[in-house]
Amino acid sequence: MKMNRRTFLKTTGAAAMASALPISLVRMAFGEKSPAKDFSFAYISDAHIQQIEGSKFVRNWDMGLTRAIQEANLLTPRPDFFFFGGDLAQLGKREELDHGLEILSKLRGKIYYVMGEHDYYLDLGKYWESNISPLWYSFDHKGVHFVVLTSILTYDTWTHHTKWTTPMDRMLAMARLDNPEGSPFLVGEKQRAWLKRDLEKVDKSTPIVLCSHSPIQKIYKGWNFWTDDAESVQTLLKPFNKVTVIYGHVHQIQYNQVGNISFHAVMATAWPWPYPKSYVQDPSHLPNLTVPMNRADPFFERDATGWQFINLRTGNVDMHYQLPDNGNRSVVFNRKAGRPQDAKYQGVGSRVPPQTHY
Amino acid sequence: MKDIRKYSGVLLITLMVTAVLAMKFPAQADEFTKEDEARWTKEFMTVVNEGSKLFHSSSLGKNKVSCDQCHPNAANTHPETYPKFQKQIGRVITLFEMVNWCLRNPLEGAPLAADDPKMIALLAYIHYERRGVPLAPGKH
Repeated sequence: MKMNRRTFLKTTGAAAMASALPISLVRMAFGEKSPAKDFSFAYISDAHIQQIEGSKFVRNWDMGLTRAIQEANLLTPRPDFFFFGGDLAQLGKREELDHGLEILSKLRGKIYYVMGEHDYYLDLGKYWESNISPLWYSFDHKGVHFVVLTSILTYDTWTHHTKWTTPMDRMLAMARLDNPEGSPFLVGEKQRAWLKRDLEKVDKSTPIVLCSHSPIQKIYKGWNFWTDDAESVQTLLKPFNKVTVIYGHVHQIQYNQVGNISFHAVMATAWPWPYPKSYVQDPSHLPNLTVPMNRADPFFERDATGWQFINLRTGNVDMHYQLPDNGNRSVVFNRKAGRPQDAKYQGVGSRVPPQTHY
Repeated sequence: MKDIRKYSGVLLITLMVTAVLAMKFPAQADEFTKEDEARWTKEFMTVVNEGSKLFHSSSLGKNKVSCDQCHPNAANTHPETYPKFQKQIGRVITLFEMVNWCLRNPLEGAPLAADDPKMIALLAYIHYERRGVPLAPGKH
């Protein structure tokens, strides 16, 4: 069953806005075998709330998160829950996290949180853990097993290095994406051991959705589009039939298929990032499967930002990107091909000039 | 007429003296050594490094946003395509004008003069990160 955006939006008070909102045609989560298990959820990520001083915050980033929430609140029927995909703050400060939480409090629905490096490296997750969310956990929802990892840890020798005069020195070093003195992300032994135990009790036919901040695959080390122990985590996911990894961090559309695992990046609400190949001094490895998002128009500050509506009709993720200034994109799992594909632009001949990055 | 004749005379004498000197002392205008090149590269890289610092600085604008937040390694700045028709501005501009647009808008700060040492440093860094890419003026 197809629903158009008019029926998809709450009609009360929203009819006038409906034509302006970037809510695409969405194939609803209707079942093939067991309709009871069909559901949808939404994903908002990478808000990078940045304090200027006192109660002043960067307006642009505030507006990105605010807009995503306003749009997500108009979804009807309601998604079962939301994810926030990490990097709520820019420099991990309580003021930034609190301001971000205040904006997020307007979102109608339960939020599951994933931690980003911008949230972590000031106090090593203390405020997050005591006020927002555990750092890693799992839950079951309508027959799907969800796992959340903190994938942005790194080697202890870097985190606890004596060169850091203050915790903010360490935070600033990790916040700089292109820092040659940075350190690769890591899930780490402790979480991998936990994940192994967690998955042991899950039936192999149960769809798995793993949410992390960094990609559990290796794309470009220079900008930490990278998790150093990605292969070890992938190995733990191999025995399952339907596995999807959803990640933030990269601020762009990326998708990939590695064996049984589908990978999807989500957009940032704050700002877009270039594709790594546009930095010509270093080799990088964007998955061939990815049809890039349009090159951003800096003069429209919400361009190439957005959020996602996701359904799990078949146990595989169908990802619907809500993009303010472009046509919305849908990347849907093609069961015949066994991988995610863009519904409109996947063929080389069907791409448009703004998807060329250089 | 009188003036022209006078200047012609001076010019003739100058040329003759130059010719005599040229025979005695071979031209040295373009002679430089590896040490010279090393020094010039060092001078250039000093400015590139200064540009890198500014590009990653939270105090270039007024809202603590830095250039690298959107442009890691100055990617997506496309210096090789300038001058080009900047569709959003509606005329052909050079890169420094686009840098100033960023200073005024995402960084909420003040623009820099074209010959401001800070602007020169920013442009040096942006071009250096793009080294090796063929010129493509006008490309969108």
